[in-house]
Amino acid sequence: MKLDFLTSLYVFMLAGFIGFEVIRRVSPLLHTPLMSLTNALDAIAVVGAIILAGEHKTNFSAILGTIAIVAATSNIVGGFLITDRMLKMFKVSGPKKS
Amino acid sequence: MMSEFASTQLIEVTYLIATALFILSLKWMSSPATARRGVWAGEFGMLLAVAGTLLHRGIVDYKWLAAALVLGTIIGVPLGKVAMTAVPQRTALSHAFGALCVTLVGTAEFYLRAPSVPPFMMAVLGMEVILGSLTFTGSLMAAGKLQEVLPQRPITYKGQNFVNLGVLVIAVIVAIILVLHPERVYLYPLIVILPLIFGVLMIIPIGGADMPTVISLLNSYAGLSAAAMGFVLDNKLLIIAGALDGASGFILSVNMSKAMNRSFSNVLFGAFGQEQASAAAGAETRAVRSASAEEAASILAAANKVVIVPGYGMAVSQAQHKVRELYDALTKRGVDVRFGIHPVAGRMPGHMNVLLAEADIPYDKLMEMDDANGDFAQTDVALVIGANDVTNPAARTDASSPIYGMPILDVDKARTVMVIKRGMSAGFAGIDNPLYYSDKTLMLFGDAKSFVGSIVREISGGSGH
Repeated sequence: MKLDFLTSLYVFMLAGFIGFEVIRRVSPLLHTPLMSLTNALDAIAVVGAIILAGEHKTNFSAILGTIAIVAATSNIVGGFLITDRMLKMFKVSGPKKS
Repeated sequence: MMSEFASTQLIEVTYLIATALFILSLKWMSSPATARRGVWAGEFGMLLAVAGTLLHRGIVDYKWLAAALVLGTIIGVPLGKVAMTAVPQRTALSHAFGALCVTLVGTAEFYLRAPSVPPFMMAVLGMEVILGSLTFTGSLMAAGKLQEVLPQRPITYKGQNFVNLGVLVIAVIVAIILVLHPERVYLYPLIVILPLIFGVLMIIPIGGADMPTVISLLNSYAGLSAAAMGFVLDNKLLIIAGALDGASGFILSVNMSKAMNRSFSNVLFGAFGQEQASAAAGAETRAVRSASAEEAASILAAANKVVIVPGYGMAVSQAQHKVRELYDALTKRGVDVRFGIHPVAGRMPGHMNVLLAEADIPYDKLMEMDDANGDFAQTDVALVIGANDVTNPAARTDASSPIYGMPILDVDKARTVMVIKRGMSAGFAGIDNPLYYSDKTLMLFGDAKSFVGSIVREISGGSGH
């Protein structure tokens, strides 16, 4: 049990460093879509909610889990949709003329 | 059917691939050229992880899962289709949803394990639930203010910070007691309710112009609470996604606070919106030069290089499409038109870029603050549309100004400055802007959208002569 937590801490720390390095390189141009994208990715919490609701250990946990799935799923769907919509709008003036 | 071992292995493999895809997704966000690929990678990783999770052997009941997934999709689609001007409040709302999910799962996990929750698990569970709850109400409040359902102006009272921090400190103390004595199950509701109250209190003193920092901070909290949930569930994918989101929100908050010249601790403790009310008193009437659309049009049309500086006022008056027409009309006449964008212009990080991109303005014409500042000396006309404090030269020159030291766009270095503004009222910070009284400044009084519209008519009408 204790060792698991230690491994988790390592994972958290490494992911934090990767996050810093990767996100520092994101152009300020894209900070709004970045936020909606990370929001959608963050909704991966849905996997915890699915297991909670699906295992149905108590009615209480199943109800909370089900509501949690609704909240997270709406973030996944809405987050990816709007990120893609925003990114589609970013165009270069360069070579292609229309 | 698969053996339990095989199915667990399969789930772990989907999580592993999803993790790699999530990291690639953020990496591809670094440039507009690859960013859409990033979204696809994220979507694919998400799909894989959710599909893998559905194979989990312990799942006994699929019909509620299906119903919840469908309902979430039904709510999510309209949230993905809001107008670009509503993106800040949509983002705040999605932080609230994410935090709600995390808080509910944490609560259910606590009651499933109580009264024997191991100390380390109780500690991360406490973090998960405290951060989740305060992010939930805080984000709802922020969304309400941005949507203007709630009053946008900051509400402050004496001892506010003391009360706010007090509520949070009590919640943390209760969580510590639960770590030491998890059998005191009756204490648990306090670590949900107190942070819920704190979330509301935290946003009450926040004004509109502080929103970019606050949204980023809530983003970071939402990520950290999800990472804490990963610790509780021993789910590495969740820890990584949460850490990435937390890091992203943290970087954005630091950027925003730097762009407003606030220290990060000032931001962390929610002590925003304190500085106003100090100024605005010395609003003596000084002479300003104003100009008509016709005059503005002839100056712009004669320029070689124009830098447009948009602010929240452009978003409010929905002027971005008229600005695009102005951009077209001037470009057609051979004028070099670019945009200078301050990091905190608007209501969230990158807000102006998205609005201008929506209006089909090519992104290579959008300059960050430092690039724009290198350009103003060679600029004929700086046209400020609905921005105020971010162009205030007092930030450079007047040590007594509340915004002294804040990095600004040096529009006053351009040969001519034009400011489209509804009236002479001070900006968010309530500070007078000396730029308006400079002899090279022309004030264009009116609504941004209609004023830009009239300038465009003058320029196009005058062409050919």
